[in-house]
Amino acid sequence: MNRAVMTLMLWCGLWSVAAVPSFGADDKFTTGSSDPLISYINEQIRQGWTDNEIKASPVADDAEWLRRVYLDVAGHVPSGKVLEEFMKDKDPAKRSKLVDTLLADSGYVRNFTTYWTNTLIGRTTPDKTNRGALEKFLRESFAKNRPWNEISYDLLSSEGRFDENGAVNYLLAQLQLDPGSDEYPVEATARSARIFLGLQVQCTQCHNHPFNDWKQNQFWEFYSFFRQMRREDHEVYNAKTGQMDEDYSELVRRDFEGPVYYETRAGLMLVAYPKYFQTEVDQGAETHRRDELAKSITKDDTNKWLARAMVNRMWGHYFANGFTRPIDDMGPHNPASHPELLERLTDEFIKSGYDLKQLTRWICNTEAYNLTSRFNPKNEIDNPANGEVPLFSHMYVKPMQVEQLYESLLVATSADSAGAGSFEASQDQREQMKRQFMQIFGGNDDEDPSVYSGTIPQALLMMNGALVKTATSGDKGSYLNTVLSNPSYKKDPDRIRALYMAALGRIPSSSEQKNLQGMMSQYSNPLDAYQDLYWALLNSNEFIVNR
Amino acid sequence: MFNQGMSRRHFMSHAAMGGAAVLGANEFLNHLHLNAAEVKKNQKACILVWLGGGAPTIDMWDLKPGSKNGGEFKPISTAGDLQISEHLPEVAKQMDALSVVRSMSTREADHMRGAYFMHSGYVPNPTVVHPTFGSVVSYELGAKRKELEIPSFVSIGGGGMSPGFLGMSHAPFSVNAQGQIQNADMAGVDPARLGARLSMLQSIEDGFIKSDRGDAGQAHKDVYGKAVNLMRSEQMKAFKVSEESPETLASYGGPGFGASMLMARRLVEVGVPFIEVNFPGGWDLHNDVFNTLKNQRLPILDKGIAGLTADLKQRGMIDDVVVICMGEFSRTPRINQNVGRDHWATSWSVMIGGGGLKGGRAIGETNADGDKVVSESYLPGDIWATAAYALRIPLDTVHTSKRGRPMKIAGGGVPIKGLIS
Repeated sequence: MNRAVMTLMLWCGLWSVAAVPSFGADDKFTTGSSDPLISYINEQIRQGWTDNEIKASPVADDAEWLRRVYLDVAGHVPSGKVLEEFMKDKDPAKRSKLVDTLLADSGYVRNFTTYWTNTLIGRTTPDKTNRGALEKFLRESFAKNRPWNEISYDLLSSEGRFDENGAVNYLLAQLQLDPGSDEYPVEATARSARIFLGLQVQCTQCHNHPFNDWKQNQFWEFYSFFRQMRREDHEVYNAKTGQMDEDYSELVRRDFEGPVYYETRAGLMLVAYPKYFQTEVDQGAETHRRDELAKSITKDDTNKWLARAMVNRMWGHYFANGFTRPIDDMGPHNPASHPELLERLTDEFIKSGYDLKQLTRWICNTEAYNLTSRFNPKNEIDNPANGEVPLFSHMYVKPMQVEQLYESLLVATSADSAGAGSFEASQDQREQMKRQFMQIFGGNDDEDPSVYSGTIPQALLMMNGALVKTATSGDKGSYLNTVLSNPSYKKDPDRIRALYMAALGRIPSSSEQKNLQGMMSQYSNPLDAYQDLYWALLNSNEFIVNR
Repeated sequence: MFNQGMSRRHFMSHAAMGGAAVLGANEFLNHLHLNAAEVKKNQKACILVWLGGGAPTIDMWDLKPGSKNGGEFKPISTAGDLQISEHLPEVAKQMDALSVVRSMSTREADHMRGAYFMHSGYVPNPTVVHPTFGSVVSYELGAKRKELEIPSFVSIGGGGMSPGFLGMSHAPFSVNAQGQIQNADMAGVDPARLGARLSMLQSIEDGFIKSDRGDAGQAHKDVYGKAVNLMRSEQMKAFKVSEESPETLASYGGPGFGASMLMARRLVEVGVPFIEVNFPGGWDLHNDVFNTLKNQRLPILDKGIAGLTADLKQRGMIDDVVVICMGEFSRTPRINQNVGRDHWATSWSVMIGGGGLKGGRAIGETNADGDKVVSESYLPGDIWATAAYALRIPLDTVHTSKRGRPMKIAGGGVPIKGLIS
């Protein structure tokens, strides 16, 4: 659509529906936020569309956008009731207001605590690591909206018991090898560079990398900062069994001074001093190296690596693709798709005081984040799944993470609301269900989160598992029962609509309505028909993705 | 040819009297058997018997009588050209088909790292998750077996390792020792009802696929297609060991490990190329090693491996099915103060046979005290390269990690000469 046509449409009064900002990608789109940075982001993204001669997809309708922002920010789908209210709301600024509402919700804290716990230590908790204490540290940090550089400082520099100082569990999780081995701090070195700096340095442990600007000496210089730590595991005597049980672990200082030595592929021994980019620290025993490094990374933020890595990671969280692919490989060998935009966002993030909620607010209020995920004939090349550079001319579909899926099933089946019947009554059963979901859906931390990689056991769990079975049982307390016994849903179309809204977060089209009513009329028992419909909705591809 | 009103039973009774029809049925059955035989001939498979915790191979495959490390057990002669433990008497009778590599030296003596190394041929590395070899076989052979309706990598009685960069579709499919698959039954829903549900699902899924939002919708539909095929497949019977006669089960040593081994054979018969059988009960024998071995672990292992080997021979399958028995490492030759043995990866044994590999041989050698390899030593990659050779997976196969790094199959290992010529 060119500008002339658009202007014409405005003149012709088509703009009159603008109270609901779901009209189509155009210059006038706004979520209601007046932050000038958002206009800048929109311009930068639009420039990419122009340069690549593509047309963006239209703005997503309210239902599509609401489900997306709920999943991304709060970690679960909206309930049917929330959706109904949002669609009715005539406020032109309702989208920006909703972002603020979600940022103040406990779901935000829970969602990002989960995200960061998984990122820092993986879904499978390493040995002698206190996952609960790390979660508590993160939960409190996100609830207070502590600046990201302060949180990072704690994760990189903390010492102490793993139950008293939850932040130490990040590094404890990386210390799984023989403390006498030179490899002991390698995992901590490599993962810290990836997470906090967005740099992949692990290959340079053994050799200069042909595609990486980091040289082998830089790896060992960075590594030398992590040499002054080790884990100490404490055991306690168990009088009942007569054996020693695990008690607690702690991260402690380890005496270490001087340089480290490493070997090149040619067999040459070389020396490396504690040095982070241009910052060199004294190599004596008195220097608290890890603290010095943490200060350089988080307080000085030398070369803005910490801020840039976080901006890219969060952009990737919301769009399934960051400005680089993967998000944590931002070295000079891997140029960003939108370098100017990335730099500006990095600067603004620093200026904001590393304000995580502000970063989310910027992203969720952009035009790009508000577009539909449908391709159109003019932006088919914008498909990062085929290895193309992302242009953000439509939303990219994200498969739900296991935690999002589980939380969403609770919402869609109202199993989490008070007095919802037998399922809620049994906390044990709920814990067991969650474990099964984590085990079957959470297996591989190595999977690309932007690509759907479902398995047969996952499909079996969804088709035949207890959670969906309970939700579709029609028993008193089940979601299906609450819909069928609700006097305001007497007719089939109303009931079908309610089930669609709960599961898929949208209203069924008239052809979907017609088609389903046709199928359901084949059933001799109407309850069976509704059970099967809700079963099919919860098992569908549309349910399990964040569109 | 059918008269209206002629019941099926009526037709069958006529048909049964007609000689031609009977002959036809026989021909059909013969044809089926021939086909099955043909399929079996081409279908290579590997059964890994996993001894989690690390089994003391010095008490099993490479005994050291006369050494201070020798322990309580005596070696006995076998049907092959080597001696093994007196507590593996049934396996001894089958050793013409099985060999022992006695010079493994694998350096990883931590449970997790050792299990990773032995399963994948690669030492753990923070940059990449390497696939367990079952996933490699699933990737290389399973995808080509169009008639296979159940997963091509089954792990019995344990979790199994990661498919790594080969992706979750090659992850081990776990069943317990009873062959039960979690959530495989849609209890209380009859086939007609399932059909109705699935057509409703299909209509919703197709609608989403048509909405043009990328590949996830179709990928999801494909996985569900496979899951439904599995729920409805005749091949699911392979998991039902209860269909076997009590005598057959007894020849494998009975319920538990024996049933798992029998299930492995049934899975091979329907075309599953890789099965991992986890031995129930650990081998991390820091205490009281000899009593535990002779009273508990070894009699069960003995019957399971011997039963499987004899059965594979009798069915003409032994030259197509590689059988490997190992754990993440072995145990110290030195006996500790608790009459146990600790972790040891420096010099130990792996049992491997079948699949056309040479049987009855001892490959490599350790010294008189068993704490040093005194011949060429081998790595897990060499075991897997040997298996790949037997399974006809080309050894120059290279996979690509998520970060675009080329990865040689079996960690770049080389088939062990003494097993292939």
